[in-house]
Amino acid sequence: MKNLFKKTGLMAMALVLGAGMLAGCGGTQDKKAANSVAKVEGKVTASGSTALLPLLKVGQEEFYKLHDKVTVNLSGGGSFTGQKQVASGSVDIGNSDVALASDLAGKGLVQHNLVGIPFVFIVNKDVNVDSLTDKQYVDILTGKINNWQEVGGKDQKITIIHRAKSSGSRATIAAVVLKGKEFTNDAIIQDSNGAVRSAIATTPGAIGYVDAAYADKSIKVLKFNGVAYSIQAVSEGKYPVYTTGRMFTKGEAKGAVKAFIDYVTSDAFQNKNVESKGFIPLTKLPKK
Amino acid sequence: MNKYNISRIRNNKLVYWLFISAASVLGLIIVALLVFISQQGLQTFRDVSPIEFFFSSNWNPDANKFGALIFIIGSLAVTVFSILVGGPLGVLGAVFLAKLAPHWMRNILQPAINLYMAIPSVVYGFIGLTVIVPAVRNIFGVASGFGIFTASFILAIMILPTVISIAADALMAVPKVLEEGSIALGATYWQTIWHIVLPTALPGIITGIVLGMARAIGETMAVQMVIGNTPQLAKSLFSPTSTLPSEIVVEMGNTPFGSAWGNSLFLMALVLLIISILMIVIVRKISAYKAVKI
Repeated sequence: MKNLFKKTGLMAMALVLGAGMLAGCGGTQDKKAANSVAKVEGKVTASGSTALLPLLKVGQEEFYKLHDKVTVNLSGGGSFTGQKQVASGSVDIGNSDVALASDLAGKGLVQHNLVGIPFVFIVNKDVNVDSLTDKQYVDILTGKINNWQEVGGKDQKITIIHRAKSSGSRATIAAVVLKGKEFTNDAIIQDSNGAVRSAIATTPGAIGYVDAAYADKSIKVLKFNGVAYSIQAVSEGKYPVYTTGRMFTKGEAKGAVKAFIDYVTSDAFQNKNVESKGFIPLTKLPKK
Repeated sequence: MNKYNISRIRNNKLVYWLFISAASVLGLIIVALLVFISQQGLQTFRDVSPIEFFFSSNWNPDANKFGALIFIIGSLAVTVFSILVGGPLGVLGAVFLAKLAPHWMRNILQPAINLYMAIPSVVYGFIGLTVIVPAVRNIFGVASGFGIFTASFILAIMILPTVISIAADALMAVPKVLEEGSIALGATYWQTIWHIVLPTALPGIITGIVLGMARAIGETMAVQMVIGNTPQLAKSLFSPTSTLPSEIVVEMGNTPFGSAWGNSLFLMALVLLIISILMIVIVRKISAYKAVKI
């Protein structure tokens, strides 16, 4: 039995290695194709943020209708992976929901904003608090406040359920809400939006955050400084808990890559698909 | 020599080389795996000192702090607690299965235990998350129910079939003459089991327990779902913490390959691998040892 486990494990590892090699080979070819042809055909490879993936999949399908000679390969891996891969040239586009990592600053990456990604704070339904101020959020997430009583609720311990340190969502909350302060480690970590939501739904006194698209009836959505999340509230600058989903290219985008980025950032595409996927169109983000 | 014989010899050769190549591919993969993980993992030490990695409990990759002590302690804690519960329970079950159960019952129990081993760990984890975690929260009145206690409880159940089946095999292999001799000398059946059967089967029983521990320390999915995965030292059995495999699985998805962060995850995998290999070495040493020579 033990041996069997080991063998299957090894086989899986071999497969992964093989796939990795294939992907590596593909990468170099793509670059050549993108550089040599000026008109819109060739291959576009993109990796990174898993949050943006559902939207880009729609973009890919619609884009194919206009340009049948272009192949677009999308993969996940996370925001930091996307940034790193585009910097090293293994993909054409690195998708990210967080700002460029400081160690990649000098690598000549160009940022193309794609959409706004809103986040909401959610709590277990038994929590009888409806809104918290930004300061209260900071105090809870840094571990200063650990009972709902201190923010106007009942006498109940606060359990924080959120994402791992490598998560782009967590990085956004750290930047936008905590503004550099550290999350407490006294928390429960789940590895996806869906897992955070279901853990909060079943744990009394739990609080956490998810992409706004994941808010449903199993949990209660909290207001931020008395403002409930809506696209309008974001547009008017009243709801600050969002980040910009962005696409990085190494140098200015050219050829098929440029065509794809132009398409997914176009008004036609944005007005049709962005809101239904739970994002905010670029045109409705507040001007900074 | 006729034609038939020649082709038979050729076939023999062919099959011979087939077996050899299959065996060497297997060996190569294992070596490649070890080399790859060590190569990635040991690169961590370019950015992190071994002392920090093994003895610091400060895990904060954003600030370049890569202390993995919390995960090592977490892994050892869930393994020890699960074996404390699952070990004795499994051995008692094995004694019942091998020595006390009537034939018809053994015929039901043995396939049942094999079936038990085939349950995917995600199923244990899912039941843990939806049933055990809320139950622990209600029974012990703790805030979340995630933590070492819940993880050890699930692991104790998961390692039972491993412990039972290996220990039962060892118990069944104890020569009948020893038991008969003991009973003929006037020992009760209980005395026979305690003083004759168990000591004779001890190497096999310990093998079962060590393999159970190997399963517990490497278990990823079921633990990840109920441990809480947070990098803090557990203050109690009920506070969320993290283990080596659960930390790897939670962070690997979004961690850039080749960074100090990614490498430190490989180093954790290497630590796990070394612990497992040590356990296998122990098992081999033990099974070479015979308590009674006949």
